[in-house]
Order: sequence, then structure tokens, then C-alpha cells
Amino acid sequence: MIKKSKVPGVLTWGTLLFFYLPIFLLILNSFNNSRTGGGWGGFTFQWYVKLFQTREIWHALQNTLIVAFVSTLASIVIGTTAAIALHRYKGRLQNMHYFLVYTPLVVPEILLGISLLLFFVALKVELGIGTVIIAHITFCLSYVTMAVLSRLQDFDMAILEAARDLGANTWTMTWQVLIPNILPGIVAGGLLAFTLSVDDFVISFFVAGPGATTLPIHIYSMIRRGSMPLINALSTVLLAVTFLAILIYQIINRRKAGATS
Amino acid sequence: MEEFLWFKDITKQFGSTKAVDNVSLSIRKGEIFSLLGPSGCGKTTLLRMLAGFESPDKGKIILDGQDITDLAPNKRRVNTVFQNYALFPHMTVWENIAFGLKLLKRPKDEIKREVDRMLNMIQMQDHAYKKPSQISGGQKQRTAIARALILKPSVLLLDEPLAALDLKLRQRMLLELSLIHDEVGVTFIYVTHDQGEAMSISDRIAVMNNGRIEQIGTPAEVYEAPKSSFVAAFIGDTNFFDGKISEVLDDEYCRITVPDLPPMLCFNDKKLAKGELVHLSIRPEKFQISLDEPKLGPKYNVLPGVVEDVVYQGDHTRFWVEVGDDWRISISRQHTRFVLDEKPIQWKDKVYVSWFADDGFMLERYREEDEDLLQTPPQTVGEVEEAQDRDSSTQDLAVNETGD
Repeated sequence: MIKKSKVPGVLTWGTLLFFYLPIFLLILNSFNNSRTGGGWGGFTFQWYVKLFQTREIWHALQNTLIVAFVSTLASIVIGTTAAIALHRYKGRLQNMHYFLVYTPLVVPEILLGISLLLFFVALKVELGIGTVIIAHITFCLSYVTMAVLSRLQDFDMAILEAARDLGANTWTMTWQVLIPNILPGIVAGGLLAFTLSVDDFVISFFVAGPGATTLPIHIYSMIRRGSMPLINALSTVLLAVTFLAILIYQIINRRKAGATS
Repeated sequence: MEEFLWFKDITKQFGSTKAVDNVSLSIRKGEIFSLLGPSGCGKTTLLRMLAGFESPDKGKIILDGQDITDLAPNKRRVNTVFQNYALFPHMTVWENIAFGLKLLKRPKDEIKREVDRMLNMIQMQDHAYKKPSQISGGQKQRTAIARALILKPSVLLLDEPLAALDLKLRQRMLLELSLIHDEVGVTFIYVTHDQGEAMSISDRIAVMNNGRIEQIGTPAEVYEAPKSSFVAAFIGDTNFFDGKISEVLDDEYCRITVPDLPPMLCFNDKKLAKGELVHLSIRPEKFQISLDEPKLGPKYNVLPGVVEDVVYQGDHTRFWVEVGDDWRISISRQHTRFVLDEKPIQWKDKVYVSWFADDGFMLERYREEDEDLLQTPPQTVGEVEEAQDRDSSTQDLAVNETGD
């Protein structure tokens, strides 16, 4: 009999621990009745109670969601049209266009943040939630474009000609044939954009004015003020929401798969 | 005769290549007309101009008395069956077929009646609610045809409709297409690079090469009486001889001297004079081959030769026979009798090749490169693959040209 190696088992458990132990500790600490989190001070819900009583956190969350929704919506519209244009028309100007869209994906965020800040200052635009939205659109747009573009590359353009041939004008061709077929790309790009927007710290940090604090920025200031237990509670809530969202998505997906087969 | 569909002096250029070069063409109502040629010959471009996806640089397209040259594709009473069907992947078969009528905002019960009628015609009632990804190639094909025909077009365009199907299915679909044509009576324009398909389905064929029309005629006309070396070599197989008229006989025949060969008797339908150059095309099946010298009438030519290659193919055998110093003749012999009872003709046998003088056909135009289209046995190992490589690379080029 071949002796089983222990290496794969150890590696698997090591990797899992490496990834999930910090998160587990964070969840545990959110119920820890000790301010520093150095030792176990007993079970408590007090951090959650405090969390829901802190108005700044709710304000920051509200800002984050507004920014995420508006910038996702805007980048879906702009990004999809950009992708269609990039796919349909070729030329030197389009190469430039592609380069422009691609740049935000590779430029360091901090550069993007600084340049946007300089730009707003030069134009004497007052920093606020508007500038955050504009800044988020600039990078979300690139992700949507890339997602839609990859979908378009698998798309048989003859289908559009078929629609024209059967009597569709540009409008009906776009809405009844093109959009339904690239919808998975649009949705994927939109989800990516939404996540990135909610998550973004660096760029928001530069362009957010007073009163436009987003959640990541607020969390950062909370760390500086030393309210660790509150952050733990907040993170646990975020984790639970994310987990729930994935669960719902999985259930819907499984139902769909069951319906077609 | 009333002109139904008329291409008038059409020219279309892509970059520096002329995809269609001053083509004029008239198509009759109700016929199946094929545009036949190798990839890149301009047949698809011509079709796309008729559908409205390209506009000609020069010339006019007139359909039923109306100039449709600059009409948008959705305004033309012309519908297309695309090469890869181009069915809408997010719609069911039913929705695909109903698409055109829905756009016309026809009443619901009329749409249902028409779609059901179409489904019935293509025998797809059981698959109406499947998506295109769930049906076979032949079914996709039939759906695409129904989707185009439901709008009752004046002309149905078929762009290599069978190219994506396997051989058996292709032959079946070809017969089905003829049935559908008989039922609806719409004019079909059929684009293909497959001469077999074009021959079996068409009323008339236009053979195209390099953006020009080489010949228009019934399948029998283009096969039996090719005007150019391209048509002769592209449709079926043939043998070319080039020589000079050495003697014009008074009974509409002439003698032709071909270097290294004895003078040949040939029917002089082109009324050529003594001394003129002539190119002959003789189809492989027009030759007889025998081991003994045949006793034939005065209107026959007989040449002695040596068998160079024999390929048995069941219903016929292909021989390559060397005659004279450097001539190789391709001969196809139909097996109308039980072959095993005969004394076989084998490699290196001395044979006699004969043909009737009327079966040599004089070509109007001859280009040497068309000889590459002829079937020849390989002389060295690897030659065939090289030829294939060449073929596929030219095909790739052609695809790039026709694509937009």
C-alpha cells in the first residue's frame, strides 16, 4: 500500500487557517467585553448597540451606497456604449480610445487620486459627494467596458445583421437583440464596479470633501481614534451581509439551473 | 422579357482590392440562381449588397422596377439565410420565427397562425420552445429559413447555407431546400463555393472569379460548354490542350496540331481560321480507354499512351494516361458492366485513348494558372499537403477580404 503523504493535508489546513483565522478572531472580538481585545473579557452585545447608535457610521454608509449606486449606473451606461464603439469601429482613434479606457486599470490608485484632486482644485470644484462620484465613475467605467468587451468578442455580429434583415431599425436591433445578448457582461461589469466603489479607499480619500466621508474612510479614522471594538462589530455586520448576498445568489442560481434541465 | 432583379454595372472595392468588378446580372422571377466561385471571388459581397449590408461604389440594383441601391436593409423585401444561421440565441425557435412579424406589429392571432404554418412546413412543431443551442445543425438551418420566409420576401438570399453541415445532411438539406422552393415559389439566390451544390439545386448558375462573372448558364451549359479555362477547371475536372488550327475542313470541322501529338479532329463551333491559336477542354468522362486499338468511325481521335496511375472508385475508375512526350490525360471510366469479368487495365499498360471529335470544346479565354485547379496525382510524397497549405492560406486571405 502506498503511504499517504501528509503534505497536502497540512498545506490545505495551513492555507485555510492563514486566510480565515484573522476573520474568525475579528468576529470573536466583536463579542469581546474587553476594550483592547488583548484577552477574553466576557460575552457582550454592547459594541453592536453602540455601532447602531453612532450616527456618523450610518451617514458614511449612506454616502457609500449613494456613491456606489450612482457611479455604477453611470459607468454601466458609459462603459457599455464605449465597449460597443470599441468593438464595432476600428482605427487609430479607437486604439487611443482603448488605451484611455485601459489606463485606469493599470495606473496606481494613488496617482489617480492625486491627479483627480489636482484636477478638481484647478477647476475650483468644491470637494464633496459629487467629486467622489465622478472619481469613482472614472475607474468603474473601465471595468464595465472590459467586461462587456469580452462578452462582445464571443458575440456573432451576423446576428445584428439578421435583425436588420428581418426589419429591425437600429433602436429595436439594439434593445431586442444586442442588449439581451450582452446582458451577462453588463451585469458582471456592474457588480464589479459596485464592489470596487464600495471598497475604494485611496481615491475617495483624496477627493472626498467634508461631509462626504465614505465608509472605508470613516473606518480608517475610527482606527486612528482607537475604537477597535466598533470596527470589529461593523466588519462582522458587513461580512454577514456579504455572506447573505452570496447565499441568495446561489439559491437563485440553483433554482434556475433546475428549471432549465 | 421583364427584368425582375437586375444588377447594373456593380463595382465594389475594399481597400485596394476590387471585390466586385463591373458586374451586370439579371435574375428571373421564381428561379433558383446560384453564385458560384472560390472564396474571395466576390459572390458574398454581391449578396451583401443585395441584402443592403454593403453599398456598391458604382452601379445600381433594381428589384421589381424599384431602385433599391441605397435602401436600408430593413426596408427591402429581401431576406437572408446566414452562413452560420445567426439565430437569436436568447429566443426560442418560435420567437425567432415570429421576430419579423412582431416588428411589423401584426395582430397576435395572425402571428401565431403564420408561425405555426412555418413550423409545420419545416417539421419543427415539437421543437418550437427550444433555444437554438438545444437543436441540431439541420434544425437550426430550417429555423433560419422559416424565419426569413415568414416575411414573404421577393427574394430569399442563401449565403453558403449548408457549409456548416456534414456531407450526408448537406445532401438531404439540398433536397429539402428544393422542396421549400417548390412550395413557396420565391426567387432563391444561392451563394456557394461547392460546385456540386450549385449544379444540383440551380436553374441557372453564375460562375464568378476575381470579382467578375466568368459565365452564366444552366448547370448543363456551364459544364458542357465552358467559356473559359476557369469555368472548365472549377466545375468538375477536365483536360486542357493548346494548339494551332492546321486545317479547316468544309464540314464545320478542323484539325488542330498540338505539339508532340498527332493532329486532332475537332468540331469548329467558334469558326476559327487556319493558324489561329486554340485551347481545348475535354472532360475525363468523354474519353474511352482500351487495351486493343479500337475500330471507330472517321469522326474519332485515337492516341496511344501508357497508364501512369489508376484509382478505383467504385462507380468509376480514374486513369491518368501519358500520351506523346509530356501530356497526361485524366480519364474517368464509368463502370456500367461487372468490372471483375473484364481484363483489368493496370499501371504501365499500353492503352489507346479515344474520343469523339465533338466532345472537345474550344474555350474563349484561357489562363495558365487555372491548370492548378485540375486534379492531378501527386508526383512526390508531401506534394499534396503543400498544395493544401497553399489552399488554406489563400482561403484565410479571402475570408479577411470579405469580412468587414
